[in-house]
Amino acid sequence: MNNSVSNTARLLGAGLRALLALTLVTGVLYPLVVTGIAQGLFHDRANGSEVKADGRVVGSSLIGQAYNLPLKKGQETPEPDLKWFQGRPQNGLGSNSVNTRYKLVLSGATNRSGDDEELIQWVKDAKAAVVEDNSTGTHKVKPSQVPADAVTSSGSGLDPDISPEYADLQVHRVAGKNGLPVARVEKLVDEHTEGRTLGFMGEPRVNVLALNIALRELLTKS
Amino acid sequence: MGPVLAGVLQLLALVAALALAHRPLGDHMARVYSSDRHWRVEKWIYKGIGADPGTQMRWPAYLRGVLAFSAAGVLFLYLLQRLQGVLPGSLGFSSIDPDQAFNTAASFVSNTNWQSYYGEQAMGHVVQTAGLAVQNFVSAAVGMAVAVALVRGFMRSRSGELGNFWSDMVRGVTRILLPVAAIAAVVLVACGVIQNFSGIHEVGQFTGGPQQWNGGALASQEAIKELGTNGGGYFNANSAHPFENPSPFSNLFEIFLILVIPFSLTRTFGRMVGSPRQGYAILGTMATIWLGFTALMMWTEFAHPGPAFDLAGGAMEGKEVRLGVSTSSIWAVATTLTSTGAVNSFHSSFTGFGGGIQLLGMQLGEIAPGGVGSGLYGMLIMAVIAVFVAGLMVGRTPEYLGRKIGTREIKLAACYILITPALVLVLTAAAMALPTPGDSMTNSGAHGFSEILYAYSSGANNNGSAFAGLNADTQWFNTTIGLAMLLGRFLPMVFVLALAGSLAGQRPIPVTAGTLRTEKPLFTGLLVGAILIITGLTYFPALALGPLAEGLAA
Repeated sequence: MNNSVSNTARLLGAGLRALLALTLVTGVLYPLVVTGIAQGLFHDRANGSEVKADGRVVGSSLIGQAYNLPLKKGQETPEPDLKWFQGRPQNGLGSNSVNTRYKLVLSGATNRSGDDEELIQWVKDAKAAVVEDNSTGTHKVKPSQVPADAVTSSGSGLDPDISPEYADLQVHRVAGKNGLPVARVEKLVDEHTEGRTLGFMGEPRVNVLALNIALRELLTKS
Repeated sequence: MGPVLAGVLQLLALVAALALAHRPLGDHMARVYSSDRHWRVEKWIYKGIGADPGTQMRWPAYLRGVLAFSAAGVLFLYLLQRLQGVLPGSLGFSSIDPDQAFNTAASFVSNTNWQSYYGEQAMGHVVQTAGLAVQNFVSAAVGMAVAVALVRGFMRSRSGELGNFWSDMVRGVTRILLPVAAIAAVVLVACGVIQNFSGIHEVGQFTGGPQQWNGGALASQEAIKELGTNGGGYFNANSAHPFENPSPFSNLFEIFLILVIPFSLTRTFGRMVGSPRQGYAILGTMATIWLGFTALMMWTEFAHPGPAFDLAGGAMEGKEVRLGVSTSSIWAVATTLTSTGAVNSFHSSFTGFGGGIQLLGMQLGEIAPGGVGSGLYGMLIMAVIAVFVAGLMVGRTPEYLGRKIGTREIKLAACYILITPALVLVLTAAAMALPTPGDSMTNSGAHGFSEILYAYSSGANNNGSAFAGLNADTQWFNTTIGLAMLLGRFLPMVFVLALAGSLAGQRPIPVTAGTLRTEKPLFTGLLVGAILIITGLTYFPALALGPLAEGLAA
């Protein structure tokens, strides 16, 4: 009995020493070497692909953000600022409940199933809002024209992109709100539409932050 | 080009890349596990362990090594999380509660990477990089070591010797996982995956006001997370998060990393038993199931049955624009047919049938191609069962690779295939019967049941993905899923190693005209059939209550 206890202890000790040795290799040396290479060769990307405009950081090209009006008194959810292109709904985003001295954004999805009543309602409301917001006096949007990404939340809640269809749908509204010709805004969207990588990887998309930065440049110039 | 065609082309590109890589990588792994030479760094590690890497172990000694090393892993990771609050370099994050720390330790040591925590608000740099990421390496290396021990069971005769656990495990890290992960990490940084040690910092926004973000060693962890079929995300959104998976190319590359070792190990197996064609028969079985599941998944996700998806005009809920429906489907199948569980889109928001395909993928035992190591040994167990079934049909004593499959061998294989279904079904039934676990469901009805069935299927099969609507951070789920992960990982290993020992003790029997030719396509067909029938019979009632009911109602 004593023998087997001491054998077990000896074996556990060996396991622990093996773990510590491998922790040194894979948990200290490996990440440090990779960080060194990453910071040396790809400094901007390794630090979050930050985007600057007018001399200040306005976000990351990889992370979606909200383009809202400032909260009014008594308001709980902000309204979208319709002069800017809007991204996808972000119903899956959360805020942190642990280590609350920080105000962290919690990435995530809604995790609702296709037959979930609440999801059905969200999609209905989002669709109605997209149709209403993007219909101008001369240009009417039909519900059938609204693409799926405009009314669904992404997996991360931080999707930086929208489909080219959703960007096109917003052109008349953005042109109207900013007093720009529709053709000029259409051209802007075309310039910022990215096709599939090598023609077949991923899906065509428009980076909303890049598009809005270009729009603001256009507005300050004109 | 339409999205369906683009999806098919991406799948073909993936198949081509895997076909190119599997021979050189498989041969390399066969050399690694057959070599007599030790690298200098490995000698230092053996000296630290106090183990002689030349000692041959029989199966009980090999098993003791696996269990001692894994127990040390659980203990270390548990303590690291419990002490996070006082450790430097932890962003000032507080310590993890005991039940969640146990769950997470069990999860990462068992190669599951089930996460009942949100990465960005709970785990600081030290726990992520020196705790969780280390287990991503070593738990994968343990799986590969056990698979190699089983393969040696088919090679050795009348000795019962299966190799040396310490040497197999250490080499798996130093010569296979570490070099590939290092290259992959640099590729991922080039795509935009972050790699820094900055603390929580503010980043400006377009309309003003800052957001708070954590930095971290993501690329180095992301690489081994996929390569070792681990799947634990740095952030809550896992590989749907743009910092973990920024572009369509990084996405395909990460799917490749998930699949490359499990598929290549069939080549290693063929080389080691002296007949690459035996390896191809296993590879064919894995590829058939994988491609079939992928085709079904793409079909149901593009057809998107379900009221919310019909209304939206596509199944884009929980999916990213840059990745689209097609590669979300390809990823979802790759991650549930391996023991990975990383996600680039959220499984709970797949169609009813799509969720069913994910569940069935895990319930097959993750053998097509399966986790690193665990896929190969799981598939070889199924091959033993298939050979036995064939033997019953023609009335001959079954044999596989020159070894008799006798009473002892078939008992061990049967025990292996009974463990995980027992864990999944008993725990699901218990959670449904008790009054409180059901409070954790987000969705009601059939999908709510699926959330719980998914959680235990994922835990006991060491997958780690989730129908994440389930609030799993309760004492009940942390404890029961933690136990399911440990039992679902290590009990099967006991039977695999016992089987290996039994095979290695036999005298090989010569091939005759009456031998079942296990390297032929006919055997691949038999094996696919045996897998689908056994799993189907086991899980059909449970699947009928969950995803099938949801899918048929849509």
